[in-house]
Amino acid sequence: MRKLDRKQIAARVARDIPEGAVVNLGIGLPTLVAGQIPPGREVVIHSENGVLGLGPRPAPGSEDEDLIDAGKNPATVLPGASYFHHADSFAMIRGGHIDICVLGAFQVSVAGDIANWHTGEADAIPAVGGAMDLAAGAKQVFVTMEHLTKQGESKIVQRCTYPLTGLRCVTRIYTDLAVIDVRPEGLQLVEIVAEGLAFEELQRLTGVPLRLRAAA
Amino acid sequence: MIDKLVASPAAALADVPDGATVLIGGFGNAGMPAALIDALIAQGARDLTIVNNNAGNADSGLAALIAAKRVRRILCSFPRQTDSWHFDRAWRAGQLELELVPQGTLAERIRAGGAGIGAFYTPTAFGTRLAEGKETRRIGSRDYVLEYPIRGDYALIRADRADRWGNLTYRKTARNFAPIMAQAARCTVAQVRETVALGEIDPEHVVTPGIFVQRVVRMDA
Repeated sequence: MRKLDRKQIAARVARDIPEGAVVNLGIGLPTLVAGQIPPGREVVIHSENGVLGLGPRPAPGSEDEDLIDAGKNPATVLPGASYFHHADSFAMIRGGHIDICVLGAFQVSVAGDIANWHTGEADAIPAVGGAMDLAAGAKQVFVTMEHLTKQGESKIVQRCTYPLTGLRCVTRIYTDLAVIDVRPEGLQLVEIVAEGLAFEELQRLTGVPLRLRAAA
Repeated sequence: MIDKLVASPAAALADVPDGATVLIGGFGNAGMPAALIDALIAQGARDLTIVNNNAGNADSGLAALIAAKRVRRILCSFPRQTDSWHFDRAWRAGQLELELVPQGTLAERIRAGGAGIGAFYTPTAFGTRLAEGKETRRIGSRDYVLEYPIRGDYALIRADRADRWGNLTYRKTARNFAPIMAQAARCTVAQVRETVALGEIDPEHVVTPGIFVQRVVRMDA
């Protein structure tokens, strides 16, 4: 079996982002999605610190300390971009104006619950940022993550054991093994992306039931 | 004549008392009013409640204020950074109380504070540990959490240009929390890159109207 690498997962997500969509990309793997949008497809990237129309990273030497992305990295903007304050930025998120947000996760449940902000360890410094607002407000929540933990346990679970970020909000999961839709009737396989992986093996690794075909 | 220009950061913050709630603008270093924070450190007020998106980076600014043991309580959304060691140490030692607030809820609580709103229901954080103990309500087909406004005694913000009435413009993503914090504080102090004559800022371009700003300090950078 050959799993997708991070860039390939990002490219698979990018394929599903339609022309004209307004998208918010979380920190880490989701950030890579921006670079994988097919040429010629116009997608508007929202950065919750106050930008619509985020562009690529600036060339070394042309950074501007007043222009950063949500991960606090130097950024640029595209023609047509706008700046706004935080209450407006989160009105866009909470008010359902963002078409798709892409988030990383520790776990996603069969019901579409997501856990991605806290390991649950008592001594861990907590930090939530905009994750809960995005989970609650974006029209579609895409999750990117490795299918399995380092110990080989599925990150797609019956019930999340890590502290929750949002309830029943994830619409689609992209892993290094498969693309899976979260539907009211259960998890629906969209596509096996790992080369040489049979459905039966994916089902065994995932643990929770997957439907091979949409219910009629 | 109305003139909100103050000679120095020290003069602008001379009256901050112990126990004050201070809203500090900035997202990372973008929009961080560094000179005002330095002046607050020098000024000596303690037992402060600080509202900021983060909890300080490296050894300067808010991190230095925390290191100087002047902060009793902090409301923020993302304290954990690779270089938040002063916050990490103080929090783990129990010297600092943390109220972790989702970023959008933080922004809306500040907005509500400045807009005279008594409280509001938000879907963010429903069913999570950040909503534990909070009043909830089902409205239509969604569940919401009741959140209360945040108001400050002072707001320390950074802007780009100002006139003597306190009208402000910002630069790029340095805007972030500044406009809403300016509204939510009794006394808003703006550190600005330049001051211009009244009328030089096109009224169409004013982002924060001067009514929300009490003091302006020009930084000769």
